[in-house]
Formats: sequence, C-alpha cells, structure tokens
Amino acid sequence: MAPARDRRTGFSRRRQYGAFLAYVLAVAGAVVGAVLLVASTFNPPVFGSLRMTLGSVTAPISGAFVAVGDAVSGVPDAIGHYFFVHSENDRLRAELDRSRKLLQTARTISYDNVRLRRLLAVRDRTADTVITARLVSSTGSSGRRFALLNAGRWQNVTPGMAVRGPEGLIGRVVEAGPAAARVLLLTDPESIVPVRRTRDGLPAIAVGRGDGTLDVRSVNTNVRLAKGDLFVTSGTGGLYAPNIPVARIQSDGGDVAIAQPFIQPDTLDFAIVQRAFMPMPSPAPAPRP
Amino acid sequence: MTLDTSNPFDPGLPPARARALPWLTVMAGSLFAIVPVVAIVPLQPPMGLLMLLAWRLVARFALRLWAAAPLGLFDDLVSGQPLGSAMLLWSLTSLAIDLFEHRLVFRDFWQDWLIASGAIAFCLIAGRFLAVPVGAQVDAPLIVQIGITILLFPMATRLVAWIDRKRGRNEVGA
Repeated sequence: MAPARDRRTGFSRRRQYGAFLAYVLAVAGAVVGAVLLVASTFNPPVFGSLRMTLGSVTAPISGAFVAVGDAVSGVPDAIGHYFFVHSENDRLRAELDRSRKLLQTARTISYDNVRLRRLLAVRDRTADTVITARLVSSTGSSGRRFALLNAGRWQNVTPGMAVRGPEGLIGRVVEAGPAAARVLLLTDPESIVPVRRTRDGLPAIAVGRGDGTLDVRSVNTNVRLAKGDLFVTSGTGGLYAPNIPVARIQSDGGDVAIAQPFIQPDTLDFAIVQRAFMPMPSPAPAPRP
Repeated sequence: MTLDTSNPFDPGLPPARARALPWLTVMAGSLFAIVPVVAIVPLQPPMGLLMLLAWRLVARFALRLWAAAPLGLFDDLVSGQPLGSAMLLWSLTSLAIDLFEHRLVFRDFWQDWLIASGAIAFCLIAGRFLAVPVGAQVDAPLIVQIGITILLFPMATRLVAWIDRKRGRNEVGA
C-alpha cells in the first residue's frame, strides 16, 4: 500500500490541531477504558444496568433467531422420527417395563419419607418458581461464561436468583435488566456451588474450570472421589435449593476431581428461574446513638 | 490496488452515511455475540475486533484514530468481558498500528496480516488475563480462538474492501 500522503498536515493550522487532537482523544480513550476497567474489576455489577438495557434489546432478537433455528432443525428430526418410530417404540416399551418396578419402590419410599418428615416436624421450604424462560445467547468470545436469559425485571427476575433446567442446575442470575438477565453459568471460572455427594452426603464445593467441566473439591480431607459419584446442591448458603443435580465425577481423584455437569449448555432450551432458597435477612437497623 | 472497473461518475454514498458505515460494520461485528448459541468453551472469534483491524489496515482513514474507544465500549457491553477492557485494548492496538504506519510506510497484504495477527493475539491474551482468573483452564480454547480469528482476517479485509468500494470514491475522513 502506498504511503499515506494525507497524513501530512502541511501548514494548515486546522489540520495540525485536528491531527494532534485525534492523538489526544485516542490516548484519552485508552485512559478512560483503564479507569472503567478498574471500576468494573472492583465492583463488577456497577455497569450491569447499562449492559442489561442493551441486552433487553438484543435478547428478543436472539429469541427470534432461536425460534427460526428450531423450526429449521426440526425438519430432519421429524423425518428421522418417521422412519425410526418402530424401533423407538420397542425401546420405550422395554424401558417402561424396567422402570415400572422401580417406580413402585420409589412410591413406597416417597410415602414413607413424607410420613417420617411429618413425624419429625421438619420445616420444609419449597423453592418457588419465578418464571420459565429461554437462554438465548452466551458470551462466546469471552473467557467468562455468561448466558443471556430472555426475561428480566418486568418478569420479576432479580439478581441472586437460582436458575435450573430440567436435568440440573444451570447457574444464577447476576444482573437483571428490563427484559433480559445475565446468568452466571456453573462452568464459569468464578462460579462456586456448595454440593454434597448423593451416596453419603459428603460436603464439597463445585468450582467452574472454564472449559465446560467443574472441579469438585471436598471440604473434608483424606477422602476419595470415585468415578461416577453424583453431586447435588446441598442448600448451604441459602442460594440454591437442596437436591438439584449438579455434576458427575469423570475420573477417580483424591480430594479434588474433575466432574461433568449434568447440564450441557449447548442443548439448553428452557431455564427455570427460582427465588433464592433462603433469602438474605434484611440488614439490622442501625443502633440509635 | 485493484483495477477499478466501476462507473467513474458514480458519486457513492452521501458523506454522512459513508462516514457512519465503518462504525456500523464494526458494531455489527460486535453484535455477532448475540447469535443464539450457548457455548461451552469460548471459541467464537471476536468479530468486532476483526472488523476494526480490517478497516484500520485496509482503509486507514475510514475510522478516526479515537474511534477504537467508543467502539470498544460498545463491544464490552455485549461481549461479557469486564467493561473497559476492549476500550483499553482496542485503543492501544489502534495507536500501535499508527506507530507501524509511521515506520513501515510501504506495506503489502502479508505485512498487514502479520500486524493484524499480532494485534489479535495481544487483545485476546490480554483480555483473557483481565477477565478470567489465572488458574482457569481456558488457554487451549484461547489458542484455537486466536488461530480462527487470524485465519478469518483475509475474509474480513475482502468484506471491508468491498464495502469501502461501495461507499464511494470521495475521500472522507482524513
């Protein structure tokens, strides 16, 4: 490419000042960026409203794309179902036979459970659902793992609510705008979920690794986490309701092991937003002097 | 420089629109983040940065020197990075390319591509350390993402060159 002759400012004062001002503004832009970066590092939600206002505009657009994509990708599925309907029918019949016995046992146990709980007078809290909405997009080019939920303050979604799918925990709401909210996914490097092992109630925490898996770190030392161990939320901390499936251990480990979350974000469609299980108590009134 | 075979009397777009077009294309690149996919690993190339670099290197007067900061701010609002990171990194990149332009007056496409590769690697690696804790396992996807983005640069320059030709021959900016 030829050299830029237009860069020469000549004797024109106007062009000289213009070129100088452009450099000043460029450096000022970098400085303002650094200041904003420091502000958002020390107080991440400070610009959340700005982000989520824009998100409220983009989320419905993404939602429309989702609907179109579903309609298009549904065509091959429908054709496939037509051809494989007999084999699928046989498979489902066999599965039904297998699970019928299990269901009988589960019903008995469930009845016992309710009866014993009533006997013990356990106070149960149920996590109430706020809304069911779609996760429409995510931060695909950033190392952070956020997803955008197609519902916001207008649908009573507020920061701190838990988000779960039909198979397990998805994450929690960190920012909410008028019609969109940002969900911190389980696999984000800064997400921590208190969990326990289903087998024996071993307490642990599940920390996101950033590559789609979780680190399960046992709170107790000298334990072995075996492949296939299941972990569910423990309810500690009061944010997530207990007994939501979180992850399955991938390979044997000691105190720390890598686990695969039950939720595969790329197949997510609907997410259930639930109120924080034990909401934070309102701050005590300041003592009068 | 390609041989211009279009109508020499075509006035192109009116100046205001011609000036806004580069901004709009970079913002459209940033809005690539709203595609309806919930990704497990960050492999999506930063299209906004790619368009900015293409404009900066192919049509150097299309965007002012300071345009990187507001465009970076917009990218931060949709990309999930902490607010200010793209604003800072894009501004630094823009100034660094300006330094290259002073030293390296005659450039060909391969040198442009090399400069863009350096800028992409710098922005993505610095953005990773600004956004994600050092211990996170995102480095392998990051390298793949840098590779994908560098390979997409020629396509971005073709697109930008095409838009720039449509934009008209009147010299705007400077």
